[in-house]
Amino acid sequence: MASAKEMKSVLFGPIFANNPIALQILGVCSALAVTSKLENTLVMCIALTFVTALSNLSISIIRNHIPSSVRIIVQMTIIASLVIVVDQLLQAYAYNIAQELSVFVGLIITNCIVMGRAEAFAMKEKPGMALLDGLGNGLGYSVVLLTVAFFRELFGSGSLFGIQIMPLVTEGGWYTPIGLLVLPPSAFFIIGGFIWVLRTFRPEQVEAKE
Amino acid sequence: MASKNDTIGKTFTVIILLCLVCSIVVSGAAVGLKERQQANAALAKQGNILSAAGIDFSGPGAETVFANRVKIYSYNHESGEITSYDSLPAMETALTESSETSVQNGAGVRDMRAELPVFAIQGESEGDVESYVIDVRGAGLWGMMYGFVALSADGQTIQGLNFYDHSETPGLGGEIQNPRWAGRFEGKKAVDEDGNVAIRVVKGANADDNEVDALSGATITSNGVDNTFQFWLSEKAYGSFLTKLREEGAI
Repeated sequence: MASAKEMKSVLFGPIFANNPIALQILGVCSALAVTSKLENTLVMCIALTFVTALSNLSISIIRNHIPSSVRIIVQMTIIASLVIVVDQLLQAYAYNIAQELSVFVGLIITNCIVMGRAEAFAMKEKPGMALLDGLGNGLGYSVVLLTVAFFRELFGSGSLFGIQIMPLVTEGGWYTPIGLLVLPPSAFFIIGGFIWVLRTFRPEQVEAKE
Repeated sequence: MASKNDTIGKTFTVIILLCLVCSIVVSGAAVGLKERQQANAALAKQGNILSAAGIDFSGPGAETVFANRVKIYSYNHESGEITSYDSLPAMETALTESSETSVQNGAGVRDMRAELPVFAIQGESEGDVESYVIDVRGAGLWGMMYGFVALSADGQTIQGLNFYDHSETPGLGGEIQNPRWAGRFEGKKAVDEDGNVAIRVVKGANADDNEVDALSGATITSNGVDNTFQFWLSEKAYGSFLTKLREEGAI
């Protein structure tokens, strides 16, 4: 069994030190699409963490039996099944949010983080470590998405988790929302800012000049 | 390790077992949760209909209020027949069984059924009909916009509008869902005395002329809403039903 220190680094490493979005620039698509409201983002993060953790776990369990010629298909099958289960669960227990997230839950299948971790980590490591790695990467993804959603919802709609913090001009208040933040491209700027701040504190993440 | 896994026999065994397990998990989830999902969808629809009519259901819940105050009908716009139903699923089945016609019009509706849904909203205490809710849809900028329109009992005045499903740009066309914009339709005339569609969505609207101001930055969406009204309130769809209400009174 791996040492406690190693487990900690696998679980918490992806949050800042090796963040899948900020350092590896994976899974950016959904970071743009589902971050206009914190509530939806939170559900999306939980869904993705669930899928990465369980796909990593199940792939790791059968890793010694996967023929290398069909390994990508095996991984996709497992991931796709998990995503469908998550989608069904959301439709049953969080119907309104499922409606708003619509296709983006299904698109977790193509999220590079899930595939990337399955191929790079779960195919080689023991199930316990793979589960932690999946959870850790899910958390790393969540940190970035929730940060983006915080800024987008607060300054784009003047609210947090749907609760009005700054009353909008259109509703008779004083705050004129920044329209750009409601649109997906604004997430690029916020992710860019996130990476900038992160690399200021962790200069080792800056790529060497070519 | 790799070599023994790569034989054809092993590959097929692994794939078949995996597919079996995965399909059991997926179908288990789908079947197990189906009932809840359908209940959710029905509840959402009931809520949307009530919201269009401006009825607050936050206390008792959409299901109870809907059961108490809403009567479900369908109107055959070809024959003029009105049929009554006990439940939403019963009406939906009847709708899908009715004949389908393909249509050409400005609202982007490609096919429609002969039977059109009509929901009669009754007053809180007694049985008089307060308003009728009709089901409309039309093409916006990115896709179809689905909505319910509440009309007064004489079929002439718009009492509410609720676009519950659309894919318009948030903040621009998506504002069709904003109750403040939808509220501008309240009290506008849907059709005039001759059954011509009276409501318009135009730029720089004149409030006295039965017009509603288009959304800024969302010309195509606003035109889509206008086309939706022009089509569904016309003789091609609910027009004859509204004439019936105007001339013969509540059904």
